Amino acid sequence: MKPKHQRLVLALVALVALVGAGLLAASALREEASYFYTPATLAKAEVAPGQAIRLGGMVQPGSIKRDADGVTVRFVVQDRDAVQNVVYRGITPDLFVEGSGVVADGRLANDGVFKAESLLAKHDENYVPRELKDIDMTAAEHTKDSLAQ
Amino acid sequence: MIAELGLFALWLAAALALLQSVVGLASWRAAETPLATLVKPVAVVQGLLCLISFFSLMWLFYVTDLSVLLVASNSHLDKPMIFKIAGTWGNHEGSMLLWVTILTMCGAAIALFEKRLDKETLSATLFAQALISLGFFAFLLFSSNPFERLNPAPPVGAGLNPLLQDIGLAFHPPTLYVGYVGLSVAFSFALGALLTGKIGPAFARAMRPWVLLSWIFLTIGIAAGSYWAYYELGWGGWWFWDPVENASLMPWLAATALLHSVAVLAVRDALRAWTIMLALVAFAMSMAGTFLVRSGILTSVHAFAVDPERGAFILGLLVIYVGGALALFALRIGSVREGKQFALLSREGGIVANNIFLSVILAIVLVGTLWPLAAEAMGDQISVGPPYFNRATVPIGLLLMIALAVGPMLRWRTDDGARLRRLIVPAATAVILCILLFVQWPEAGFFPILALALAAGLAVASLLPLVGRNMLRIPLMTWGMVLAHFGLAVSIAGMATESGWSSERLAAMRVGDEAKIAGWTVKLDMVKPVAGDNWVAIEGRMAVQRGDDKEQMKPQARQFFDPVQQTSEAALLTRWDGQLYAVIAPVDAQNYDRWQVRLWWKPFVTLIWYGAGLIALGGLLALIGRAQLFPRRRSSTAESEWARA
Repeated sequence: MKPKHQRLVLALVALVALVGAGLLAASALREEASYFYTPATLAKAEVAPGQAIRLGGMVQPGSIKRDADGVTVRFVVQDRDAVQNVVYRGITPDLFVEGSGVVADGRLANDGVFKAESLLAKHDENYVPRELKDIDMTAAEHTKDSLAQ
Repeated sequence: MIAELGLFALWLAAALALLQSVVGLASWRAAETPLATLVKPVAVVQGLLCLISFFSLMWLFYVTDLSVLLVASNSHLDKPMIFKIAGTWGNHEGSMLLWVTILTMCGAAIALFEKRLDKETLSATLFAQALISLGFFAFLLFSSNPFERLNPAPPVGAGLNPLLQDIGLAFHPPTLYVGYVGLSVAFSFALGALLTGKIGPAFARAMRPWVLLSWIFLTIGIAAGSYWAYYELGWGGWWFWDPVENASLMPWLAATALLHSVAVLAVRDALRAWTIMLALVAFAMSMAGTFLVRSGILTSVHAFAVDPERGAFILGLLVIYVGGALALFALRIGSVREGKQFALLSREGGIVANNIFLSVILAIVLVGTLWPLAAEAMGDQISVGPPYFNRATVPIGLLLMIALAVGPMLRWRTDDGARLRRLIVPAATAVILCILLFVQWPEAGFFPILALALAAGLAVASLLPLVGRNMLRIPLMTWGMVLAHFGLAVSIAGMATESGWSSERLAAMRVGDEAKIAGWTVKLDMVKPVAGDNWVAIEGRMAVQRGDDKEQMKPQARQFFDPVQQTSEAALLTRWDGQLYAVIAPVDAQNYDRWQVRLWWKPFVTLIWYGAGLIALGGLLALIGRAQLFPRRRSSTAESEWARA
């Protein structure tokens, strides 16, 4: 191989590899990225049961119910316009309480209930799920306990 | 007073960075200028000033000086001392100060210890290093001043996120930062070499120890962070593909690729342009990581600050530095002559394969990390989580393992493939193990089984470079390579067993109830309240038993006061064949007769971190092996000089 050739070949190989990486990433993204919904946008969107999505909103006051097994919890996530039933099996995050913000990863079951696989609660000032920052909560809660007070 | 001293030292250091860039530029243009003697002392003093500034801040945290805004908003009088001190870098401003301090210390280290690089390139390198420092000094002084006063001073302070009040967290960020920012040296070296055009084996030999050193720190930092997440978050996982974890993984991938390609450049004078490119990419990834973490653009326990101005500032720096570096690369690389040729089947070929697979993984991680931001800009809110990353990276990772088994068996320049016959043993190991595992545990899943089998094969293959050689004559660097490759196999074996063979059990237990998991019987003996310095907790006392092996486990659910927050302290029981992991939580706030208990049995999970330790140790051996070559030479000249005297 002539000197110029090898550099060219290597550059092409690198290019092909990166394009391959891009394609692989694109196909995996198409199938595995989960879209974020609030109850209102979820009600309008047509989301197939079983597809991975994220649901965010406020835990409706008075809606948290625990099953007799002690590990299954059912609650309602709401925003201003709509509500969504959620079921979750597991230890709920710290500060998961009625009236607080929550983001749930999971899938819709055939009966329309959202089966959460993980929950993120609005913890504290340092750790707000990004999606919740913009949501207009119907009730103000967890006022900032920052220094300014 | 101390705060003002710290701020003054910081301003002075910034002024010196400006001076260093001017002097560096002048002495690179004309090496004989009297200014050239200034550049090294300036770099050293600049590093010392930053160190003074950093220790000032540490002192303020040590005495909990609440008249300083940063201390008041992140510390608390009642916090244990070690966390008061570690709190110095447990916040945005403090951690950026640490970042800049390490950056300037790197510059000082180049000035003090770099003896191999020619004068011209060294000046150009220090010029580049000063330019990087300048940008980050500006960032600190104009938008993240750690020494800002607060008037009036509050009585107690706001406290530190309890998740960060952990001994692992005291050391994880500094370690990671040394790795992150250490890559700036490679970046500056690459820029310096691009400016002077002296890219060859001498340059590579000079750059190699710096890359190795930051890579070792990165490896340790990532492993420590992963273990912290594993036991502190109480979620039972050791890697979440959190954007911040990705931000540390991406520089590591680039640095690993760089480590290998720089070896080719040093030994064989090939892959010139590629090595320079990787050096630029590695630190670009460090800065991108800093941007992702520090801009508050991401959801994460690491994102201390949510401040668009700061995000824009770092993004600006990122664009200037990366854009500038790539522009310089494009302008100058045409004048760099191509390195030596090699056959496809050769050690160089193997390392090219390694580099390509690592780059592909890097690209996949980068796309997945940035995609949610891009999508949000287009109006969609999406999240990209473990399913994406696992699916896209694991197959490439397995290909990388195969390349890793083959590469070290090949000769430099060209190879007839004769030694590849020795790979029959590891290949057979992998195939047989694969079949056995599929027969015995088909439910473990395709990828865990394949990964475990390949890890076993790789473990055997990684030792082959030692076979048939006089053990005493093998250079330390070869031992380092063997150990690091073996460590990777160990680590991957741990990942595979953890993901394929873990068992999990979730139960609501009353005191006296028993739960069974993977041969263990767990009995909840009692639940009692306990208290610490700044928290109270409920603590479960569990009697766990497997055969004759009896032990007690004490998981806690903690309630911190300032700031008010709950955390769960998992209990871990380590055995040779795995870890039992227990978490306890109240069923709900009203109900204290039952407790939610979550148990995991994670077979051989500790191998993940032991493997990472071996990888870092391998790097250390290689580094010592390199360093040894020098003192010996130096001491011989010293001896001859002494003899002459």
